Amino acid sequence: MSRLNVNKTYKIFIGGKFPRTESGRYYSLKDKKDNFLANMCLSSRKDFRNAVVAARKAFEPWSAATALNRGQILYRLAEMLEGRKDQFTAEIHAMGSSEARARKEVEASIDRLVYYAGWSDKYQQIFSAVNPVATPHFNFSAPEPTGVVSIIAPEEHGLLGLISALAPVIVGGNTAVLLASESQPLSSISFAEIVHTSDVPAGVVNILTGSKTELLDHMASHMDVNAIIYCGNEDKEIQMIGELASENMKRTVFYRKTDWFTETAQSPYFINKTQEIKTTWHPVKI
Amino acid sequence: MDVTDNQDVFTSSWEYAEAPESQDHIQIEKRYGLFIDGKFEEPLSKKYFQTANPANDKLLSEVAEASEADVDKAVKAARNAFKKWSGLPAKERGKYIFRIARLIQERARELAVIESLDGGKPIRESRDIDIPLAANHFFYYAGWADKLDYAFPGRKVKPLGVAGQIIPWNFPLLMAAWKLAPALATGNTVVLKPAETTPLTAMKLAEIIRDSELPPGVVNIVTGAGETGASLVRHPDIDKIAFTGSTAVGKFIQKAISGTSKKLTLELGGKGANIIFEDAALDQAVEGIVDAIFFNQGHVCCAGSRLFVQESVADLVIAKLKSRLNSLFVGNPLDKNTDIGAINSKKQLETIKKYIDIGKSEGGQVYQPECNLPEHGNWCPPTLFLNVSQSHRIVQEEIFGPVLTVQTFRTIDEVIEKANNSPYGLSAGVWTDKGSKIFHLTKKLKAGVIWANTYNKFDATSPFGGYKESGFGREGGLHGLKPYIKFE
Repeated sequence: MSRLNVNKTYKIFIGGKFPRTESGRYYSLKDKKDNFLANMCLSSRKDFRNAVVAARKAFEPWSAATALNRGQILYRLAEMLEGRKDQFTAEIHAMGSSEARARKEVEASIDRLVYYAGWSDKYQQIFSAVNPVATPHFNFSAPEPTGVVSIIAPEEHGLLGLISALAPVIVGGNTAVLLASESQPLSSISFAEIVHTSDVPAGVVNILTGSKTELLDHMASHMDVNAIIYCGNEDKEIQMIGELASENMKRTVFYRKTDWFTETAQSPYFINKTQEIKTTWHPVKI
Repeated sequence: MDVTDNQDVFTSSWEYAEAPESQDHIQIEKRYGLFIDGKFEEPLSKKYFQTANPANDKLLSEVAEASEADVDKAVKAARNAFKKWSGLPAKERGKYIFRIARLIQERARELAVIESLDGGKPIRESRDIDIPLAANHFFYYAGWADKLDYAFPGRKVKPLGVAGQIIPWNFPLLMAAWKLAPALATGNTVVLKPAETTPLTAMKLAEIIRDSELPPGVVNIVTGAGETGASLVRHPDIDKIAFTGSTAVGKFIQKAISGTSKKLTLELGGKGANIIFEDAALDQAVEGIVDAIFFNQGHVCCAGSRLFVQESVADLVIAKLKSRLNSLFVGNPLDKNTDIGAINSKKQLETIKKYIDIGKSEGGQVYQPECNLPEHGNWCPPTLFLNVSQSHRIVQEEIFGPVLTVQTFRTIDEVIEKANNSPYGLSAGVWTDKGSKIFHLTKKLKAGVIWANTYNKFDATSPFGGYKESGFGREGGLHGLKPYIKFE
């Protein structure tokens, strides 16, 4: 008898741990031929709130980590992913991509992490200024992270899309709660294992699987979230996010119709979207 | 030293002599229309509203109330002007803006007097701060017009289109400059709505814009109240809304434009923490406290309205502060001696009084110096509240008046926590002699502008704007360009 495969139980990722959804609910993921692939956690609002608590707790230390340190940790993510290229290629292939396309997505994901790792100690220099004020003061402006960010990952390209939305957020010192692609979640949630083994502090990245229609309004309205990133084209969802975000003035970022494989899908200006500019004054005369 | 000795020096032994600014060179029309497509026009609404001097309730002028149809007309004029304006050689666009800066400088005294007449602010402030800064803002952004490639490394930029700009009554001309200058420099056209209690310097600015020969329709100014602003926000042919005002209205706007392609910047309310450590230069710090909360009658979104004094020096600082309050002149805004002018409107005075009552009823201990307030007009003496805590409404909510809450603290971590415990995040102040303490604090405080050993300083080159519910986007400096461009 041939050996029976040991299948992985896919769970969610909150505060550096892999719990099941507190709700006990699941949805079944099928491949194109309607064969069973895996049971995914159908995360609840409570899971999201727990993830926000973890992300908030992680924000102070992560935002205070040195830029060099954050850069090395992002680079470490790329190293870990490179080492598990075959597994991720197989997962993406199982969800419907050709094997060549799946491999290309994994490689683009690795390169994207390296790209943002390199920005960790440079974007501040691009976006800051010493301001020549007309009074005897020294005055400078520099970016600081916004805080806790909700991210609705794109439905297409469960790995590359998620990483492209996430990397500019965390390299800038924010913490994130992501909702993975509903239809292509395997590689998204497996990416949590990469996060877990790359010295990313617990709570900096939290990944949920589940239903966008169920969680979207909660991700947009939660009062302890500072920004929300939405990858998609649904006008109604975009409007709803804007309306709910206004309750605590969340910063909103919409990535519409983005081809994540292109060079234009990465930019220091994406880092800037979840940064605040702080200006500091001090007299220079004694 | 017994600090209360100062009281006698400042009050009894100094004879008060008025030094009013002359008004005879000021021209205010009896009535102003809307400034659309380069000329003043009767409003389609046929309606006008009055604007009065808050220091004596005397009528100054009447201005048009723009209806939805008027706003539509202004937006159309701006849309028609957009192609030509954005297509001008950038250096020519810049030269128009330089002209506006120069014309403001030439008419600076007239503008300062009108600003004080219409808004109630001391002439010392309108003359030395509001008007020069407004001119500087145009001068600064004029120079950017043909240098935008250097502002956004790696990208080519283009203007957004027509910007709708809604400004508040606390710094009428300065806020108009903050809004207009970067919008014009980047090639946008504008419909600007001044606040209903302070429209007159905007009307003077319209004259200046006309005299500058700026192409018709590039700047349109529509006066009116909230409904006029709402028409502007709702208008389908607006590409950008820039709003300065209350957080409540800011949230309404963010909600209203959700799902549209309109871009948004919001500069909203604040409850700035002003933190005094025991090692600060205390006399300077006391001056800083006064500048932080009593500048412009406290009608300042970034006012240092929450004072935190380290416990070891609290008694001394409070005694010095009370003494300093006794020497502040409250009265005629046109008097060059005046420190605190008139409250901008009856409505705002009611709000401030309501908060003073709330503070008292919640157990706060109030201190106000003896003041001879004028008989007519809107006045509020400088006010301290002692014996308050984080949960008091007057500590949490923006009052927008000359009311300061005073709390004490022992440790750095304690004061950081208290200072950040606010939905707002516009400004903060830190007073200490120790450099590392300054940078520790300025790093930890969640606010867009932090003044260390100074307060309420502004400059055209310096970005201004908030964290959290104080809004988003920056005005001023290099960072002030971004809200008005998109990448090609």
